[in-house]
Amino acid sequence: MGLVLLLFLVLLSVSSLYFFVAKTWWFQVGASTAAAGLDHQFVNTGIAMGIAFLVAQIGLGIILWKYRDKGGDSRAGYHPGHSWADFWVILGAACLFMALDIGVDLLGGHLWAAERFRPAQANATVVEVNAMQFAWYFRYPGPDGKFGATKPELEDASAGGESAIGLDTRDPASKDDFVSGVMYVPIDREVDVILRAHDVIHSFGVPAMRVKQDAVPGLAIHTHFTPTRLGDFDVVCSQLCGLGHYKMHGIVRVVTQDDFDKWQAAREADRQ
Amino acid sequence: MDTHDSHAHAAPQGFIRRWIFSLDHKVIGMQYTTLGIVAVFVGMFLSLLMRIHLVWPGAVLPFLGEIKPETYLQLVTMHGTIMVFFVLTTAPQAGFGNYALPIQIGAPDMAFPVLNMLSFWTTFLAFVAAVAAFFAIGGAPLHGWTGYAPLSALQSSGPGEGLGADLWAISIALFCIGSLMGALNFITTTLDMRAKGMSLMRMPLTCWAWFLTAILGLLAFGVLLAACIILLMDRNLGTSFFIPLGTINGTVTGHNGGSPLLWQHLFWFFGHPEVYIAILPSMGIVSQVLSVFSRKPVFSYKTIVYSMLTIVVLSFTVWGHHMFVSGMSPYSAYGFSITTMAITVPSALLTFCWIATLWRGKIRFTTPALFGIGFVSLFVSGGVTGPFLAQPALDIPLHDTYFVTGHFHLIMGVASMFGILAGFYYWFPKAVGRMMNETMGKLHFWFTFVGAYAIFIPMHYLGLAGHPRRYSQLTEVGYLHDLIPVQKFITIAAFVTLSGQLIFLGNLIWSLVKGKKAADNPWEATTVEWTTATPPPHDNFGGLTPVVVNGPYEYSVPGATRDYVMQTDPAVAHATGD
Repeated sequence: MGLVLLLFLVLLSVSSLYFFVAKTWWFQVGASTAAAGLDHQFVNTGIAMGIAFLVAQIGLGIILWKYRDKGGDSRAGYHPGHSWADFWVILGAACLFMALDIGVDLLGGHLWAAERFRPAQANATVVEVNAMQFAWYFRYPGPDGKFGATKPELEDASAGGESAIGLDTRDPASKDDFVSGVMYVPIDREVDVILRAHDVIHSFGVPAMRVKQDAVPGLAIHTHFTPTRLGDFDVVCSQLCGLGHYKMHGIVRVVTQDDFDKWQAAREADRQ
Repeated sequence: MDTHDSHAHAAPQGFIRRWIFSLDHKVIGMQYTTLGIVAVFVGMFLSLLMRIHLVWPGAVLPFLGEIKPETYLQLVTMHGTIMVFFVLTTAPQAGFGNYALPIQIGAPDMAFPVLNMLSFWTTFLAFVAAVAAFFAIGGAPLHGWTGYAPLSALQSSGPGEGLGADLWAISIALFCIGSLMGALNFITTTLDMRAKGMSLMRMPLTCWAWFLTAILGLLAFGVLLAACIILLMDRNLGTSFFIPLGTINGTVTGHNGGSPLLWQHLFWFFGHPEVYIAILPSMGIVSQVLSVFSRKPVFSYKTIVYSMLTIVVLSFTVWGHHMFVSGMSPYSAYGFSITTMAITVPSALLTFCWIATLWRGKIRFTTPALFGIGFVSLFVSGGVTGPFLAQPALDIPLHDTYFVTGHFHLIMGVASMFGILAGFYYWFPKAVGRMMNETMGKLHFWFTFVGAYAIFIPMHYLGLAGHPRRYSQLTEVGYLHDLIPVQKFITIAAFVTLSGQLIFLGNLIWSLVKGKKAADNPWEATTVEWTTATPPPHDNFGGLTPVVVNGPYEYSVPGATRDYVMQTDPAVAHATGD
């Protein structure tokens, strides 16, 4: 039985690590400036934890095989429950682990700071992401750079567009606001995302951009990212929001600055 | 410490007093364990339905018909609720703890037998309320076992959010009350009812684990109880603790000013200690079982005690790691990240002690030993993914993906379950007087061990590929479609693994009736429960009071006549922990 356990633990460790190393299933190809750093941090952590995993599983397996009951009168090696020698070994192990953990944590600290402590740059494209069961509405402030007021009692999802988020047309700032079903953003320029939820909690997850942030009713939460590749990228709701959670899908469409300007102008013209 | 007389009550006559409304901690322990077994089969059945729906959405099942997307989320909610509360919390702590704690410390019963009976029946009512949610109009709630508000706080936020969600909240509130009463009883019993000579540092590690778990429960369940009561008020009395100004289905809710994050803080202040409530008893059981079957004293008893104690303290400081992307202050994430990383230190030390216990042992691969060994392997596998999720930056891509599902199922679900099974196979002979079948036990172990890995390791890969949790259909997002083969593999693995549990059920029923008669100490173990008759008499020791002179794990002591020295045998020179 000891040998079977050893063989199984070896097979388990090698096969499960293989798929991490071979990247058979891996993060989507990064499409933002944050991706490289996060992926690198994941790999660093993976190396540390992979070694710990391998040593523990195979060490366990070898001990099980080597110290199996082989019959006979011999007794197990007595080891007193308390000894100072053990204490020093354990203290050493604790310090090692503490250093490893805190080292790994500190290595990744600046990535979080870049994502969350720093506000978006002044020239960022501002988009207000509105989440409600089970759709995404992306609002742009228009030439005035200001978002108009919204009111819950004005919401009318069936009318779509600006009405869906309850835009108050009496507010002068709302005159040039427009709402899109697809999130257009220009490439290589930071996007300042303002997240709002109208009913329950949703989460704005864009795997390719390495972006995830909950949208919480009653709060306007900022996050930001800088797209580096042209194309369409999936937005997947990443917080259980009800029956249609699985179909709360959106698109981030990264275009050139020119195309973005043209698109914005066309939407502005529709609005007037 | 001779307060025992007041707790010894005459053996009851009649079926109802003896088996239903019993005051005997052994019967109550078995009642809790039975509840756990019923609940685990319900929970597994729900998960199987989920898995089938996920990969064959149109499948029409006999008797049940087609599973709809809302039904999927109801299954998700109830699978989580039943498994976390009525299995992982109920079986190892309330079940085994009630059964074995008093006997292990040499007491005739728990400190408060009537309170003990009340705890069980409150928990039973909680289970009835949870199951009743399925039969409510609209069905069970779909908000997940974490019940994030406002989804859980608004009656019209989805199917099942009416009466079903009320029953869910009532169920959890009742469960909290039952657990609080249980925790009080465990703490008092451990502190006041120990036999002569049973110092704290001579207690078996199982008793330490139950004692520490009771402290966790006392501090954590009160918070959840408050949260559930407030939730019920928001749902039914028009208060707005968790609900800000907003709409639902385009209609203004009439609530204003509440904070959805308040629910998350309250829930996870309970929720993170809860994962240790689920696993600490298993840690105690595994420490015990590995020592017994490697025929060696547990490696560094005190390290295990202090590591578990450290986990208890730290577990109240880490709840924010569930909320890195929730919108709480990003600065607090650093603090929660450091405390979370710190908790890996005692966890790693425990693993080290378990492996070192086996080192130079003479390992007997009995079924309980195999499940104990399986626990160590699973605890490592589930543990090494913790430091990824503990980093706020890495939590951004990984949060709410299958990576998390894989992580917590391995460590909190399956590892705890292995501890429970180790304990079940270990104490079964003492409790019913018959041995379980070893061949079926080993078969059960291999089905479950290989199966659990086949189910949960691939979930990590799904998470890396960005697969969000709790998606009932994989048709709406292009890249999820490509991951369906992995999901199919998991479903097949789940089907095989869960079928393997029928071996356990068969073994259980067969052994109850036909199992080989068990001796008083079939495992040649040292702790006090193995000194008394099998099964133990009503007052546990037949009028005698045990006197303890040795530590709990005196195996292979040089010079002793046999390779184990009971806690009540004449003193040995190398007494553990003294």
